[in-house]
Amino acid sequence: MKTIRGISVKSLTRVEGEGSLKVRLVDGRVEIAEFNIYEPPRFFERLLRGRDLAEVPDITARICGICPVAYQMSSCIALEQALGIVVPPAINRLRRLLYCGEWITSHALHMHLLHAPDFLECESAFSLPPEYAGFLEDGMFLKALGNQLLEVIGGRAVHPINVAVGGFHRSPDVVAIRALLSDLERGLEAAHRSLAVVSRFAFPAAPSPQRRLSLISADEYPMNHGDLAISGGAELVQAPIAAFPDYSREFQVRQSTALHSRLIADDSPYLCGPLARLSHNLAQLPDGARQAAEGSGIDWPSASMHQSIIARGIEVIAAIENAIAIVRDYRAPPRPARLELPRRAGSGCHATEAPRGLLYHHYAIDNAGLVIGATIIPPTSQNQAQVEHDLMTILTRELAQPQPPSDASLTRQCETLIRSYDPCISCATHFLTLSISGR
Amino acid sequence: MTDHRPRLAVYKFASCDGCQLQLLDLEGKIRQVAKRVEIAHFLEARSRIEPGPYDVGLVEGSISTPEDIDRIKEIRQQCRHLVAIGACATAGGIQALRNWGHDPDFLSGVYADPDYISTLTTSTAIGDHVPIDYELRGCPIDPGQLLEVLTAFLLGRRPNIPSHSVCVECKQQQTVCVAVARGVSCLGPVTHAGCGAICPAHGRECFGCYGPSEPANLVSLTGFYEREGANRQTLGRLVQSFNAWAPAFRQEADRLALPADTETRS
Repeated sequence: MKTIRGISVKSLTRVEGEGSLKVRLVDGRVEIAEFNIYEPPRFFERLLRGRDLAEVPDITARICGICPVAYQMSSCIALEQALGIVVPPAINRLRRLLYCGEWITSHALHMHLLHAPDFLECESAFSLPPEYAGFLEDGMFLKALGNQLLEVIGGRAVHPINVAVGGFHRSPDVVAIRALLSDLERGLEAAHRSLAVVSRFAFPAAPSPQRRLSLISADEYPMNHGDLAISGGAELVQAPIAAFPDYSREFQVRQSTALHSRLIADDSPYLCGPLARLSHNLAQLPDGARQAAEGSGIDWPSASMHQSIIARGIEVIAAIENAIAIVRDYRAPPRPARLELPRRAGSGCHATEAPRGLLYHHYAIDNAGLVIGATIIPPTSQNQAQVEHDLMTILTRELAQPQPPSDASLTRQCETLIRSYDPCISCATHFLTLSISGR
Repeated sequence: MTDHRPRLAVYKFASCDGCQLQLLDLEGKIRQVAKRVEIAHFLEARSRIEPGPYDVGLVEGSISTPEDIDRIKEIRQQCRHLVAIGACATAGGIQALRNWGHDPDFLSGVYADPDYISTLTTSTAIGDHVPIDYELRGCPIDPGQLLEVLTAFLLGRRPNIPSHSVCVECKQQQTVCVAVARGVSCLGPVTHAGCGAICPAHGRECFGCYGPSEPANLVSLTGFYEREGANRQTLGRLVQSFNAWAPAFRQEADRLALPADTETRS
């Protein structure tokens, strides 16, 4: 007689958005390990059609309240490609400074408030042991610091209003930008302390994704610019961003309102996010972050997915170091801080590095500047196939032990693994074109 | 020891997460709140879920699936006070653009299998499905206003949230009017205050994140912009964003969708 065990977590907690976990074990073998996304689709790609291209960054920001800047940056640069315009270096620096703000606040949210409790056997950041009060304090400070950058440059922390195709609506004045310096310097200390804390965590054994995809750049740790890099195969593959659809394909699965992705070359799942970025761009880290990465004793990409928390810690340091350098040299860009937008038909694509991984956008516009087609491929949907692959690995390994762990312990391990990807489920979802199935 | 603190629950429907993030963005204040309030149900922040009932429920997101309708009714029963937060919860969000049904294949082929998530043809506000005690506007909501609403409900008083327009906020800050000085079509005169008039301060139009103010004379405002040379389709898109399904914006979008000469004036 078959023995069937099921593990079901209806609502994953300490993740952004709504997802669940479903595992089915038959005769001690894993039959199903699903990271189920049930967040209702919002059909953004459809509702962008017919909108003026200048409205796009305000609309795509609403895909995600945690990483609106990522959506704005990918949208703006993809649309600038479509129009054949290139913004001046001063605008690029300001965009990078804004993106640093989002990386800092998003990473601090995940590291300190959502992920750290897993390693301290706590159910939330509010119940961390008293000796971690300083760690929480640093997390709150860093989160506020990231928000401060977003407010000064973007006008507000969630859904910034100052970002435009072609630049910014208004360039921030020098006094406001320079005033960030002292808090950034305090933040750098807080980031180093935080990294030291998370580096001491005991990391349970976890799979390490074999294939990794991120941007790679010779000039800087990539946020807004670079080429694609795919590693973990016979050799490192590098290609222009526009070739993304030649390397990764999206497909639909039953259990998710978000599409999954796999590499076209060998049909393997892949990882995007901090561990992938770090492994491809160690040399481009600013000094302090690079020393921290090298001094961590970890052979990047780490052999454990859980150590993504350390990669996030290093990236917070990098983002603050980058921000300090930009702030020190800041001179207000010439006014207006926004290029005139020509009206011409065309198409363009771009990818930037959202805190949780590569975010690809493609747009087609008509000669009146209205969107006629949009494709958005967010990092969490790209990571989904990899998450399920890792779940399968963990469960198979645990069940092979002479004394297989309890359901509660298996559940905990699976949840911790999913959280280590920092899934952004609101982002992942709202793109699916539903099709008839099973009729 | 029995915990006598008031109990808070936070829920999410179709949305971007940005409004509940504002609760975590209260930074230092969140710990003050956590001391005085038991955060009993908040999936994004904690794993333990304390059973209801709750004193205050904050709801983010719009109702867009059949399951949502059942879930919000259960939530209503669990919460003594229910507060809808943000444009999705108070007006259906940007995903309510599908309510017009202009795109017939928008929802083509919703999954037949019950395991699959099915989707309603509409995205609507929480208040369209259950009685609510307060609506806090904004896309996203303002953290300061959220704190005021929480404090008010915990103290048993009405929240003190100004209901005037963004236009008033501009005047208070002495921001030069972008509509008058630069001929920009700005929704500030008809949009609910709360953001601090940040868009005109950045030299751009208000695009209605906080939804219509009370009262809002849309026809008069868009008529003025049309006479100044603004394009009718552009004005239509301006009112059709995050609060498109709020009645005042919705009616104006419908009116602007008609060609100007076929319009019936009453």
